[in-house]
Amino acid sequence: MSTPTSERTPSPTRPRVTTRVLVLVGLGVSLLVAGLLSFWASGHPDGLEFVAGSLGFEGSARDSATAGSPFADYGTEGVSSGLLSGGLAGVVGVVVTAVVMFGLVALLRRRSSSRD
Amino acid sequence: MHVPDGFLDAPTSVGTAVVAGGVVALSLARASRRELDERTAPLAGLVAVFVFAAQMVNFPVGAGTSGHLIGAVLAAVLVGPATATLCLTVVLGVQAFLFADGGVTALGTNVVLMGLAAVWVGYGVSRAVVAVLPTRPASVPFAAAAGALVSVPAAALVFVGLYAVGGAAPIPLDTLATAMGTWHLLIGVGEAVITFLAVGSIVAARPDLVHLARGRMPALELRTPEHVA
Repeated sequence: MSTPTSERTPSPTRPRVTTRVLVLVGLGVSLLVAGLLSFWASGHPDGLEFVAGSLGFEGSARDSATAGSPFADYGTEGVSSGLLSGGLAGVVGVVVTAVVMFGLVALLRRRSSSRD
Repeated sequence: MHVPDGFLDAPTSVGTAVVAGGVVALSLARASRRELDERTAPLAGLVAVFVFAAQMVNFPVGAGTSGHLIGAVLAAVLVGPATATLCLTVVLGVQAFLFADGGVTALGTNVVLMGLAAVWVGYGVSRAVVAVLPTRPASVPFAAAAGALVSVPAAALVFVGLYAVGGAAPIPLDTLATAMGTWHLLIGVGEAVITFLAVGSIVAARPDLVHLARGRMPALELRTPEHVA
């Protein structure tokens, strides 16, 4: 590696990625992953489902109480196109997760700053 | 790895729910006291969202089996272990209630497996590995990958432990442990690759925000007018 020193050690003058840009790019990537890339996800059973199937205890699984959710199993009720149905579910999941987690963090920050 | 309703009996599910509740309460306190500050808080929101998104993408691991990222070590290395527990709990809650992925009565079990066991075992491994690597931010993605690799079979073996306590169907435990451990070690390889890439991207862009890189930043050179003169 013959990187010049100036590129290895960040100098105070080097323009750095702001937190806002980093978070916005990250959210954009997450939307693409959940809304589009997920369409090509493997449909095979996951490790636990596979083991449960091969050892014969998958039958003890019960349907979740939320199995009637319009987004159950990462599809959107009433949308027939697989790409659109899964993509919508992914986008909804990203938005809901963002609202809950950014909200929780804001709440924790407000409480700890009022204590200081 | 999402455990559905019915795999574990009711007393075990109640027990894991109580443990999960306690862990979340402790994590809320620790995260707000020691991990989340004004600079790093936005990253916590992003990490939860990315973990949700990445968990939708199952990758094949052979023989008709797939796995997906858990994201426990990815989160712990970037935003700290207590905040990682909160991220995973939010993701698991959204999945259970909105997407029927992972049972509702099994939510406590899933928090214990992925939000507690995978986070702390994996984070412990990453801490140990980063301690023997050169003191610079570029070491962090390698330590994160090592922790991620271990975190998945660790969570799988904790499931076997819980199954030993309250599994609904009688299954020989050594067979279950071998099968769960082997498949989840394979899935752990995928976990390690994704974790390396994700942590590496953040370390490249903003190492100052990364929890495990604290104390590993290159010393800043002081260039005050006095020094120049």
